[in-house]
Amino acid sequence: MPTPTKGPRLGGGPAHERLMLANLATSLFEHDRITTTEAKAKRLRPLAERLVTFAKRGDLAARRRVLTVVRDKGVVHRLFTEIAVDMQQRPGGYTRVTKIGNRKGDNAPMAVIELVREPFSPKQATVKEAEAATKRAATKSAAPAAEAPVEAPAAAAPVAFVDGGFGADSAAPLEDGSAPEGFTVKGNKDSMKYHTTESPWYDATIAEVWFRTPEAAEAAGFEPAGGEKAQGVDEA
Amino acid sequence: MAVPKRKTSRSNTRSRRANWKAEPVALSTCPQCKAPTQPHQACPSCGTYKGRHYAAAERTEHQG
Repeated sequence: MPTPTKGPRLGGGPAHERLMLANLATSLFEHDRITTTEAKAKRLRPLAERLVTFAKRGDLAARRRVLTVVRDKGVVHRLFTEIAVDMQQRPGGYTRVTKIGNRKGDNAPMAVIELVREPFSPKQATVKEAEAATKRAATKSAAPAAEAPVEAPAAAAPVAFVDGGFGADSAAPLEDGSAPEGFTVKGNKDSMKYHTTESPWYDATIAEVWFRTPEAAEAAGFEPAGGEKAQGVDEA
Repeated sequence: MAVPKRKTSRSNTRSRRANWKAEPVALSTCPQCKAPTQPHQACPSCGTYKGRHYAAAERTEHQG
Protein backbone atom coordinates (compact mmCIF):
# COMPACT_ATOMS: atom_id res chain seq x y z
CA MET A 1 0.00 0.00 0.00
CA PRO A 2 1.43 3.40 -0.92
CA THR A 3 2.15 5.78 1.93
CA PRO A 4 -0.61 8.37 2.19
CA THR A 5 0.26 12.02 1.62
CA LYS A 6 0.99 13.98 4.79
CA GLY A 7 -1.43 16.74 5.64
CA PRO A 8 -4.96 17.47 4.51
CA ARG A 9 -6.20 16.91 0.94
CA LEU A 10 -6.97 20.04 -1.04
CA GLY A 11 -9.60 20.75 -3.69
CA GLY A 12 -12.10 18.44 -5.32
CA GLY A 13 -9.78 15.74 -6.66
CA PRO A 14 -6.18 14.77 -7.36
CA ALA A 15 -5.94 16.93 -10.49
CA HIS A 16 -7.43 19.91 -8.67
CA GLU A 17 -5.01 19.41 -5.80
CA ARG A 18 -2.01 19.28 -8.16
CA LEU A 19 -3.19 22.45 -9.87
CA MET A 20 -3.67 24.30 -6.58
CA LEU A 21 -0.23 23.32 -5.32
CA ALA A 22 1.38 24.24 -8.66
CA ASN A 23 -0.30 27.64 -8.61
CA LEU A 24 0.77 28.23 -5.01
CA ALA A 25 4.37 27.27 -5.85
CA THR A 26 4.37 29.58 -8.88
CA SER A 27 3.11 32.49 -6.79
CA LEU A 28 5.65 31.77 -4.07
CA PHE A 29 8.62 31.81 -6.46
CA GLU A 30 7.26 34.91 -8.16
CA HIS A 31 6.62 37.00 -5.05
CA ASP A 32 8.94 35.39 -2.41
CA ARG A 33 6.18 35.62 0.17
CA ILE A 34 2.50 34.66 -0.03
CA THR A 35 -0.37 34.70 2.44
CA THR A 36 -2.57 31.61 2.40
CA THR A 37 -4.31 29.24 4.79
CA GLU A 38 -2.23 27.23 7.19
CA ALA A 39 -3.28 23.93 5.58
CA LYS A 40 -2.23 25.04 2.10
CA ALA A 41 1.04 26.50 3.39
CA LYS A 42 1.88 23.20 5.08
CA ARG A 43 1.13 21.23 1.92
CA LEU A 44 3.10 23.67 -0.22
CA ARG A 45 6.26 23.62 1.87
CA PRO A 46 7.63 20.15 0.92
CA LEU A 47 6.83 20.75 -2.76
CA ALA A 48 8.49 24.17 -2.83
CA GLU A 49 11.61 22.91 -1.04
CA ARG A 50 11.94 20.06 -3.53
CA LEU A 51 11.72 22.52 -6.41
CA VAL A 52 14.44 24.70 -4.83
CA THR A 53 16.63 21.60 -4.53
CA PHE A 54 16.19 21.04 -8.26
CA ALA A 55 16.98 24.70 -8.90
CA LYS A 56 20.22 24.38 -6.92
CA ARG A 57 21.24 21.49 -9.13
CA GLY A 58 20.70 23.88 -12.01
CA ASP A 59 21.10 21.63 -15.08
CA LEU A 60 18.69 21.30 -17.98
CA ALA A 61 17.15 18.07 -16.70
CA ALA A 62 16.39 19.72 -13.36
CA ARG A 63 14.89 22.70 -15.16
CA ARG A 64 12.57 20.42 -17.13
CA ARG A 65 11.52 18.60 -13.97
CA VAL A 66 10.60 21.93 -12.38
CA LEU A 67 8.75 23.02 -15.52
CA THR A 68 6.36 20.07 -15.12
CA VAL A 69 5.08 21.75 -11.93
CA VAL A 70 5.71 25.46 -12.45
CA ARG A 71 4.51 26.14 -16.00
CA ASP A 72 5.67 29.76 -16.17
CA LYS A 73 9.12 29.95 -17.77
CA GLY A 74 9.74 33.43 -16.39
CA VAL A 75 9.15 32.24 -12.85
CA VAL A 76 11.36 29.17 -13.40
CA HIS A 77 14.09 31.46 -14.71
CA ARG A 78 13.84 33.58 -11.57
CA LEU A 79 13.96 30.44 -9.42
CA PHE A 80 17.11 29.12 -11.14
CA THR A 81 19.02 32.39 -11.52
CA GLU A 82 18.08 34.39 -8.40
CA ILE A 83 16.60 32.16 -5.72
CA ALA A 84 18.92 29.17 -6.23
CA VAL A 85 21.97 31.44 -5.92
CA ASP A 86 20.79 32.74 -2.53
CA MET A 87 20.07 29.18 -1.33
CA GLN A 88 23.43 27.73 -2.38
CA GLN A 89 24.90 27.71 1.15
CA ARG A 90 21.68 26.67 2.89
CA PRO A 91 21.37 22.94 3.70
CA GLY A 92 17.58 22.72 3.35
CA GLY A 93 14.91 24.73 5.14
CA TYR A 94 14.36 27.06 2.21
CA THR A 95 10.89 28.17 3.27
CA ARG A 96 9.42 29.55 6.46
CA VAL A 97 5.78 29.35 7.55
CA THR A 98 4.56 31.93 10.08
CA LYS A 99 1.05 31.78 11.53
CA ILE A 100 -0.80 35.06 11.46
CA GLY A 101 -4.09 34.29 13.19
CA ASN A 102 -7.55 33.49 11.86
CA ARG A 103 -9.25 35.04 8.84
CA LYS A 104 -12.35 37.10 9.35
CA GLY A 105 -15.32 35.55 7.60
CA ASP A 106 -14.64 31.84 7.91
CA ASN A 107 -12.20 31.90 10.86
CA ALA A 108 -9.67 29.88 8.85
CA PRO A 109 -6.18 29.86 10.38
CA MET A 110 -3.94 31.85 8.02
CA ALA A 111 -0.19 31.75 7.50
CA VAL A 112 2.54 33.51 5.55
CA ILE A 113 4.92 31.21 3.65
CA GLU A 114 8.12 32.84 2.42
CA LEU A 115 11.45 31.92 0.93
CA VAL A 116 14.33 32.27 3.39
CA ARG A 117 16.69 34.38 1.29
CA GLU A 118 18.77 35.96 4.06
CA PRO A 119 22.48 35.05 3.99
CA PHE A 120 22.96 31.70 5.64
CA SER A 121 24.53 31.76 9.12
CA PRO A 122 24.92 28.40 10.84
CA LYS A 123 23.86 28.22 14.47
CA GLN A 124 26.72 29.14 16.80
CA ALA A 125 26.44 25.86 18.70
CA THR A 126 26.86 23.92 15.45
CA VAL A 127 29.84 26.04 14.47
CA LYS A 128 31.53 25.43 17.82
CA GLU A 129 30.92 21.71 17.54
CA ALA A 130 32.41 21.63 14.04
CA GLU A 131 35.42 23.68 15.12
CA ALA A 132 36.05 21.39 18.10
CA ALA A 133 35.90 18.38 15.79
CA THR A 134 38.39 20.01 13.41
CA LYS A 135 40.72 20.78 16.31
CA ARG A 136 40.56 17.20 17.56
CA ALA A 137 41.35 15.92 14.10
CA ALA A 138 44.19 18.45 13.74
CA THR A 139 45.88 17.54 17.03
CA LYS A 140 45.70 13.85 16.16
CA SER A 141 47.36 14.30 12.80
CA ALA A 142 49.83 16.93 14.09
CA ALA A 143 51.21 14.80 16.95
CA PRO A 144 53.52 12.63 14.82
CA ALA A 145 54.62 15.60 12.72
CA ALA A 146 55.16 17.94 15.67
CA GLU A 147 58.82 18.55 14.95
CA ALA A 148 58.47 19.47 11.31
CA PRO A 149 56.52 22.80 11.41
CA VAL A 150 58.92 24.54 13.84
CA GLU A 151 60.60 26.40 11.02
CA ALA A 152 57.43 27.39 9.23
CA PRO A 153 56.32 30.32 11.49
CA ALA A 154 59.80 31.83 11.34
CA ALA A 155 59.72 31.77 7.58
CA ALA A 156 56.27 33.35 7.43
CA ALA A 157 57.07 36.12 9.93
CA PRO A 158 59.00 38.58 7.72
CA VAL A 159 56.15 38.77 5.21
CA ALA A 160 53.51 40.49 7.35
CA PHE A 161 50.77 40.21 4.74
CA VAL A 162 50.17 39.65 1.06
CA ASP A 163 48.29 42.26 -0.90
CA GLY A 164 44.67 41.14 -1.28
CA GLY A 165 44.23 42.70 -4.69
CA PHE A 166 41.71 45.33 -3.57
CA GLY A 167 43.88 48.36 -2.76
CA ALA A 168 46.40 49.18 -0.08
CA ASP A 169 44.06 48.47 2.83
CA SER A 170 43.34 44.90 1.74
CA ALA A 171 45.27 41.72 2.41
CA ALA A 172 45.07 38.09 1.46
CA PRO A 173 44.48 35.76 4.42
CA LEU A 174 47.50 34.05 5.98
CA GLU A 175 48.16 30.42 5.23
CA ASP A 176 46.07 29.20 8.15
CA GLY A 177 43.20 31.49 7.16
CA SER A 178 43.64 33.91 10.05
CA ALA A 179 43.84 37.67 9.76
CA PRO A 180 47.08 39.60 9.22
CA GLU A 181 47.66 42.09 12.06
CA GLY A 182 45.45 45.17 11.89
CA PHE A 183 42.93 43.64 9.50
CA THR A 184 39.54 42.95 11.05
CA VAL A 185 36.97 43.15 8.25
CA LYS A 186 36.24 39.95 6.35
CA GLY A 187 35.41 40.09 2.65
CA ASN A 188 33.74 37.49 0.43
CA LYS A 189 34.95 37.76 -3.16
CA ASP A 190 32.02 35.78 -4.59
CA SER A 191 29.20 37.85 -3.13
CA MET A 192 31.28 41.06 -2.93
CA LYS A 193 30.08 41.59 0.63
CA TYR A 194 32.03 42.35 3.78
CA HIS A 195 31.54 41.50 7.44
CA THR A 196 32.70 43.65 10.37
CA THR A 197 33.28 42.22 13.83
CA GLU A 198 29.73 43.32 14.71
CA SER A 199 28.22 41.17 11.98
CA PRO A 200 26.00 38.32 13.18
CA TRP A 201 27.65 36.15 10.50
CA TYR A 202 31.22 37.18 11.30
CA ASP A 203 32.29 33.87 12.80
CA ALA A 204 30.61 31.91 10.03
CA THR A 205 32.33 33.83 7.26
CA ILE A 206 35.51 32.55 5.70
CA ALA A 207 37.59 35.57 4.71
CA GLU A 208 38.86 35.45 1.15
CA VAL A 209 40.25 38.94 1.56
CA TRP A 210 40.83 41.06 4.69
CA PHE A 211 40.33 44.82 5.04
CA ARG A 212 41.63 47.28 7.61
CA THR A 213 38.34 49.21 7.81
CA PRO A 214 34.79 48.92 6.46
CA GLU A 215 35.48 52.11 4.46
CA ALA A 216 38.35 50.39 2.65
CA ALA A 217 36.05 47.49 1.79
CA GLU A 218 33.42 49.94 0.54
CA ALA A 219 36.01 51.69 -1.60
CA ALA A 220 36.98 48.35 -3.15
CA GLY A 221 33.37 47.85 -4.25
CA PHE A 222 32.25 45.58 -1.42
CA GLU A 223 28.81 45.92 0.15
CA PRO A 224 27.89 45.44 3.82
CA ALA A 225 26.37 41.94 4.19
CA GLY A 226 22.76 42.14 5.32
CA GLY A 227 22.73 45.95 5.05
CA GLU A 228 24.63 48.61 6.91
CA LYS A 229 22.62 48.19 10.09
CA ALA A 230 23.67 44.55 10.50
CA GLN A 231 27.32 45.54 10.15
CA GLY A 232 27.18 48.48 12.57
CA VAL A 233 28.35 50.90 9.88
CA ASP A 234 27.05 54.45 9.79
CA GLU A 235 25.31 55.49 6.59
CA ALA A 236 27.93 56.81 4.27
CA MET B 1 -33.40 1.71 10.82
CA ALA B 2 -32.75 1.82 14.54
CA VAL B 3 -34.59 4.65 16.31
CA PRO B 4 -34.52 5.84 19.95
CA LYS B 5 -37.26 4.26 22.05
CA ARG B 6 -37.56 7.19 24.48
CA LYS B 7 -37.40 10.94 24.25
CA THR B 8 -34.20 12.26 25.86
CA SER B 9 -35.21 13.97 29.08
CA ARG B 10 -34.35 17.60 29.79
CA SER B 11 -32.22 16.38 32.64
CA ASN B 12 -30.19 14.05 30.42
CA THR B 13 -29.80 16.71 27.76
CA ARG B 14 -28.62 19.28 30.27
CA SER B 15 -26.27 16.96 32.10
CA ARG B 16 -24.68 16.02 28.77
CA ARG B 17 -24.28 19.64 27.75
CA ALA B 18 -22.91 20.62 31.16
CA ASN B 19 -19.63 19.09 30.05
CA TRP B 20 -19.23 21.36 27.03
CA LYS B 21 -16.67 23.81 28.34
CA ALA B 22 -14.72 26.53 26.61
CA GLU B 23 -10.99 26.56 27.24
CA PRO B 24 -9.25 29.86 27.87
CA VAL B 25 -7.02 30.99 24.98
CA ALA B 26 -3.33 30.74 25.86
CA LEU B 27 -1.79 34.21 25.80
CA SER B 28 1.73 35.53 25.90
CA THR B 29 3.15 39.04 25.69
CA CYS B 30 4.61 40.46 22.51
CA PRO B 31 8.28 41.29 23.19
CA GLN B 32 8.02 44.14 20.69
CA CYS B 33 4.88 46.05 21.70
CA LYS B 34 3.91 44.29 24.99
CA ALA B 35 0.40 43.59 23.71
CA PRO B 36 -1.12 40.18 24.50
CA THR B 37 -0.60 37.71 21.67
CA GLN B 38 -1.10 34.03 21.06
CA PRO B 39 2.11 32.01 21.26
CA HIS B 40 3.65 30.79 17.95
CA GLN B 41 1.77 33.46 16.00
CA ALA B 42 2.70 36.87 14.66
CA CYS B 43 1.51 39.65 16.98
CA PRO B 44 -1.87 41.02 15.79
CA SER B 45 -1.16 44.53 17.06
CA CYS B 46 2.32 45.15 15.62
CA GLY B 47 2.71 42.23 13.21
CA THR B 48 6.12 41.05 14.40
CA TYR B 49 7.22 37.48 14.98
CA LYS B 50 10.78 36.64 16.08
CA GLY B 51 12.01 40.03 14.96
CA ARG B 52 10.45 39.80 11.50
CA HIS B 53 7.51 41.92 10.41
CA TYR B 54 4.36 40.54 8.76
CA ALA B 55 1.96 43.24 7.59
CA ALA B 56 -0.69 40.60 6.86
CA ALA B 57 -0.84 39.72 10.56
CA GLU B 58 -1.89 43.19 11.72
CA ARG B 59 -5.52 43.56 12.77
CA THR B 60 -7.54 46.75 13.04
CA GLU B 61 -10.54 47.18 15.32
CA HIS B 62 -12.97 46.32 12.52
CA GLN B 63 -11.21 43.15 11.48
CA GLY B 64 -11.78 41.65 14.93
